[in-house]
Amino acid sequence: MTAADERVQDYPFNRPEGLDLAPAYGAARTGPGMIRVQLPFGEPAWLATRYEDARFVLGDRRFSRALAAERDEPRVQFHRGSGGILAMDPPDHTRLRVLVASAFTVRRVERLRPRVREIADGLVADMYASGSPADLVEAFALPLPVQVICELLGVPAADRHLFREWSDGLLSTAALTAEEFTRNDQELSAYMAGLVAQRREAPADDLMSALIAARADDVERLTEQELVELCVGVLVAGHETTATQIPNFVHVLLTRPDRLAELQADPDLIPAAVEELMRFVPLGATSAFARYATEDVQVGSVLVRAGEPVLAAIGSANHDETRFPDAEEVRFDRETTAHLGFGHGAHHCLGAALARVELQEAIRALLTLSNLAEAGDPVWKTQMLVRGPRTLPIAWEA
Amino acid sequence: MTWSISVDTTTCLGSGICAGSRPDIFQFHGSYAEPITDHLEPDEDVLDLADTCPAAAILIRDESGAELAPRP
Repeated sequence: MTAADERVQDYPFNRPEGLDLAPAYGAARTGPGMIRVQLPFGEPAWLATRYEDARFVLGDRRFSRALAAERDEPRVQFHRGSGGILAMDPPDHTRLRVLVASAFTVRRVERLRPRVREIADGLVADMYASGSPADLVEAFALPLPVQVICELLGVPAADRHLFREWSDGLLSTAALTAEEFTRNDQELSAYMAGLVAQRREAPADDLMSALIAARADDVERLTEQELVELCVGVLVAGHETTATQIPNFVHVLLTRPDRLAELQADPDLIPAAVEELMRFVPLGATSAFARYATEDVQVGSVLVRAGEPVLAAIGSANHDETRFPDAEEVRFDRETTAHLGFGHGAHHCLGAALARVELQEAIRALLTLSNLAEAGDPVWKTQMLVRGPRTLPIAWEA
Repeated sequence: MTWSISVDTTTCLGSGICAGSRPDIFQFHGSYAEPITDHLEPDEDVLDLADTCPAAAILIRDESGAELAPRP
């Protein structure tokens, strides 16, 4: 290793506005692959920028998430939440994950597709009724996943105004005071604990009731706090990312009329389009959730020493030319679809199958709006862990 | 009593959850997971992983050939 390779670069690279991947990633991929970075808070870390290296780090058990709790984890937020199952390693992680994961398998989620389609079509009908133009985020992108996850989990969708604010607070990179962050965290947990208490009295056909029953069966397996944290995690992770990706995908399509026309001509391409857009859109404003090496591990050209943290740059990995030729092009005919948009390994997105169904049905429903176009520039979120439009004005013909 | 285990590579989505959780049973090969051995001692955690594989690609049978996981 040369001195140049050890240079520590300030991170994150990406600007929050827009969906561009910073040029520094391309330079790192074609250069050393593994580079040293310093985030606003925490210790310096390795950043894996190539596909093979990023996937390896995410998928190998020798890299631990749980160790991060004992260290000054590299991060963009000053505050550190509990992290839930994303802060755990197997087998503890597996014990909790499987309780929730059975509700999110491909088989189970396909049964929800008709309901997702009904909600999406209903929102489009409302948009027609209210008339063009509209803000895609408020009129469609947010209400669709909120409604779906609320019904699945057992949270009243009418409470959206309450939990949206708490949820944004958890994912915000804005400078909340310690008091504000803690209060936000506690209010959301207290709200969820209240719902759990109600469901315990009056069980329903939803995931929250299933988790309550699992705890009743085996109190050793799931503590009350874990139960509440799982529900909070499902609610927050279950809508925020999808609500952000819907306008991101629409923005990419509306700024590439050829691709939009291709989908309009052949809606059977929608599943392939969703995979390609998951690959193409670098959602994260930063890489997060560092993995700590539990022993010396060779990653690409670098020997990562035991105790060193490694971040996987998913957006960069998904634009690696050695894995995805013409990576900067949006193409619906790729042979390789194994993108890392949902992560990889033990912490691979729990809700990936549900997200796929929602994104597919969202695009299908929105394509029924004739002559869909952007009616103004998107206003981008600037202080969130995920990137996407805060508002996206769209117009269509009645 | 041992169980048999297989991964259907035509349905495996390559999430890496199984190999990332139980590298003693599964390994990642190319874009797909595969079991390291055809047989294993009874293990509830492996049944759980098979039940919750996002692609339902992990099949576990008992000695009589009866399907143990994924459970519906």
